[in-house]
Amino acid sequence: MLLKLAAGRLYDPVQGVDGQVRDIFIRDGWVVPAPPPGERIDREYDLTGRVVMAGAIDMHTHIGGGKLNIARAMLPEDHSADPVPRTGLTRASSGHAAPGTLATGYRYAEMGYTTCFEPAVLPSNARQAHLEMGDTPIVDKGGYVMLGSDDFLLRLMAAGEAQARINDYVAWTLNATRCFAIKVVNPGGISAFKFNRRMLDLDEKHPFYGVTPRDVLRVLSRAVYELGIPHPLHVHSSNLGVPGNAKSTLGTIRASEGLPIHITHIQFHSYGTEGDRKFSSAAAPIAEAINATPNASCDVGQVLFGQTVTASGDTMAQHRNSSFASPKKFVVMDIECDAGCGVLPFQYREKHYVNALQWAIGLEIFLLVQDPWRVFLTTDHPNGAPFITYPHLIRLLMDRTFRNERLALLHPEAQAMTTLGSIQREYTLNEIAILTRAGPARLLGLPDIGHLGPGARADVTVYRDEPDRERMFSAPEYVFKDGELVVKDGKIVSLMWGRFHTVQPAFDPGIERRVAEHFQRFYTVSAEHFRIAEDEMGVFGHGAEVLVHPCRRRTS
Amino acid sequence: MPSLPPVSGEVTDVTCPFCGLLCDDLVVDTTGGGVAVRRNGCRIALAGFERTGAVRSTPLVAGRPVTLQLAVAEAARLVASARLPLVAGLGTDVAGVRAAARLADRCGGVVDHMNSAASVRNLLVMQDGGWIATTLSEVRNRADLLLVVSSDVGGRFPRFFERCVTPKETLFTKERRCDVVFLGSALPKESEWPGPAPELVPCDPERLHEAFSVLRTIVAGRPVAAREAGGAPVGVWRKLANRLRAARYGVATWAAADFEFPHAELTIQVLCELVKDLNRETRFSSLPLGGSEGDVTAESVLLWQTGYGTRTSFSRGRPEHDSYHFSTARLLATGGADLLLWISSFNEARIPPATAVPTIVLGRDGMALERQPAVFIPVGTPGVDHAGHLFRTDRVVALPVRRLRDSPLPSVADAIAAIEAAV
Repeated sequence: MLLKLAAGRLYDPVQGVDGQVRDIFIRDGWVVPAPPPGERIDREYDLTGRVVMAGAIDMHTHIGGGKLNIARAMLPEDHSADPVPRTGLTRASSGHAAPGTLATGYRYAEMGYTTCFEPAVLPSNARQAHLEMGDTPIVDKGGYVMLGSDDFLLRLMAAGEAQARINDYVAWTLNATRCFAIKVVNPGGISAFKFNRRMLDLDEKHPFYGVTPRDVLRVLSRAVYELGIPHPLHVHSSNLGVPGNAKSTLGTIRASEGLPIHITHIQFHSYGTEGDRKFSSAAAPIAEAINATPNASCDVGQVLFGQTVTASGDTMAQHRNSSFASPKKFVVMDIECDAGCGVLPFQYREKHYVNALQWAIGLEIFLLVQDPWRVFLTTDHPNGAPFITYPHLIRLLMDRTFRNERLALLHPEAQAMTTLGSIQREYTLNEIAILTRAGPARLLGLPDIGHLGPGARADVTVYRDEPDRERMFSAPEYVFKDGELVVKDGKIVSLMWGRFHTVQPAFDPGIERRVAEHFQRFYTVSAEHFRIAEDEMGVFGHGAEVLVHPCRRRTS
Repeated sequence: MPSLPPVSGEVTDVTCPFCGLLCDDLVVDTTGGGVAVRRNGCRIALAGFERTGAVRSTPLVAGRPVTLQLAVAEAARLVASARLPLVAGLGTDVAGVRAAARLADRCGGVVDHMNSAASVRNLLVMQDGGWIATTLSEVRNRADLLLVVSSDVGGRFPRFFERCVTPKETLFTKERRCDVVFLGSALPKESEWPGPAPELVPCDPERLHEAFSVLRTIVAGRPVAAREAGGAPVGVWRKLANRLRAARYGVATWAAADFEFPHAELTIQVLCELVKDLNRETRFSSLPLGGSEGDVTAESVLLWQTGYGTRTSFSRGRPEHDSYHFSTARLLATGGADLLLWISSFNEARIPPATAVPTIVLGRDGMALERQPAVFIPVGTPGVDHAGHLFRTDRVVALPVRRLRDSPLPSVADAIAAIEAAV
């Protein structure tokens, strides 16, 4: 079947197309070159005047796994206020900040997103994460597995084992958990919290193992690099939310010693201690450091106002902040000598000095990082705001008048502490296409998504070109997934289960025996049962395809 | 699915599906189509596996043997004509819950689990105040004090102490010691303690909340006016408070199923608040124990799909949760439900509640019912007759369970899919 999307204005930064009128041809789920004249077109959509982009990619969104299910259990009020009724096609679900997986898949697709990555899969919880992602319809997905506070790695490091052994363990973990990339959260800090430490700065020694967060960052970024894992080490830095944490964030950016490093939800790590309230924006030095460090990238983790819930692997930070929970409840869990999780409902308020400044800091970073290929549009869903607020965020970036109107509503002292009002920059549609499509695809190393050149998967989003960009990005006119029309006028019209993205880097089989012995000696599950077998993924994903992306091994 | 063909003979590394610990080190013998536990089986595992002798696979409609096809057709007819079908029991694996949720959504029914009365006691605490919790491997390596709160942990989870409390070698020491303190009216009689019986701090279970409140006050360093709490002099609680504070990684554990008294959730809540308070100075965690009959599995799958756990209704086209109104007992007592679909694939003793409404049972074979249901379909047991996935008590670890024998019995998921296809 040959499909023609005719005469839309295409924004495809990979191909260097910036709003020019183009036809797109789709066959069997892939974008193909224009067929020879006279070939029969089975279906044509006239997209005159429409804005056409590749399907959007969310490279950091907490959509699957235990911490989200804890958030769901904790927040019946979140769900009763936002039901997703059953239709003839779709099933009933619910939830605003912590939506059910069904609601998540429907709403992402309705917003023109076709690929999502869950950035905090605990190794011991990987089955649940994949089961949840498997029950998330339409979008393709993958997980970043968390290392860096697990006792096995910390023991290897404390024993001074060679980088090659660490590489083997990292590779084994990716294979065993069927994940796509490596994430580190508060390096060593989740473990230190289990030893009753409440802070662990970048160069502080872990109370038991004696290694520092910087050591963890160095060996993990090197492992990711040498194993040739496509996505750089994905880093949630030390000291999340702490005034003055910009210092350790700047140190973290350098800690990979020139190897690729991605700093996630950097807004939460860009705080200074100036002013009467000892809380200030350090967006400028942070953005400057990103600008000056070509091996570094970041996503923002923008805060938007309203009720949400924060769900993180960073037990140390979540426990420290538990008194700020709103409503007043929180869950913190130590998990399987592996990691942990903390869940706190949270309300960001415009008239609250710190919240208002967090909002401004995130936008400052968006606008001060010069290279749109190294900054990504996230709210760290649901931590800064639920993902359904993305269209609002896009308008804030594209429309300076709107942005300044919103700024004027903030806590007055926060307004005085931000340079936001003086920043002229407005994002263009082309830059939005980089932030939400081309950039993530490049940083994830996924060459067949994020663009619409021949050979791309036919994930296509078609918008009406409306001056109100929030409206425009809220409800695309058409969304195609693998060439199939899944959304029309913002509503689901057909369903599928999205595929999984994984990697399987090679490792020396000797590590399997060591891991198995370790599990046998210390844990309550055997390594063999911990490991997710290949055929289990088929069950998790309702038979959806499991892609294994190549790793290009490098040696130092 | 991890669908290794069943082998006849000795099978190692078998995961036991019969309680929330999901011990994964059993050795069984499958010679002759039965399952004999050779090693690492507890009382519950033996009862669960070793009754799996001859399979009676004939479905019944109104007590008369019929083909599976006819039973499915009759079940579908009943489901289609029901105004409010109640899909309850839910003793099944991930695939079974996925199927049950889909059917309930499609038919505008209610979903509930046979153990919800207990799990709701914990859920209400999560919804109101939350907690600080931990998992089995953390307890195994870190706990230096275990406070067992008025629960028959050894009876319900026989290998808990052996697997999590008594091991001497941990990640951090070769000479680990974990003291056990039992708080309650008396030590459970049949508990399999891992050595000498633990220290008993006597307290009337229905007055535990007083004890925890006083402990909170003491831990906060505030004066206590009362002379006694929970039936014990305040001095007892001062001594216990000091022990709790001195622990480097204390763990408080309970089985909500043993809290059979009104407003037990408030007792659990004040315990969880005490644990939070202790974390101001040291580390202390909670370990709510459950997970048997697939209760954590059902709760988890329903939560992630719909946003709510059990006791959720789809009757108005969207999920609505009410832990009081949508309980099995209440819906049957008030006549709210007009059809009961009862699912119990682990335990033939967990039979449907007595009710006048038409009942379809997807039950483990050998289930002895007091009265013949409209439809009885014998189903396979996950981890015996077919592969599947189950969640462990800590709501974190999900494990595969495997098929141990050739079985003609459909899984719950297969049976529901057949019914749904025929509706």
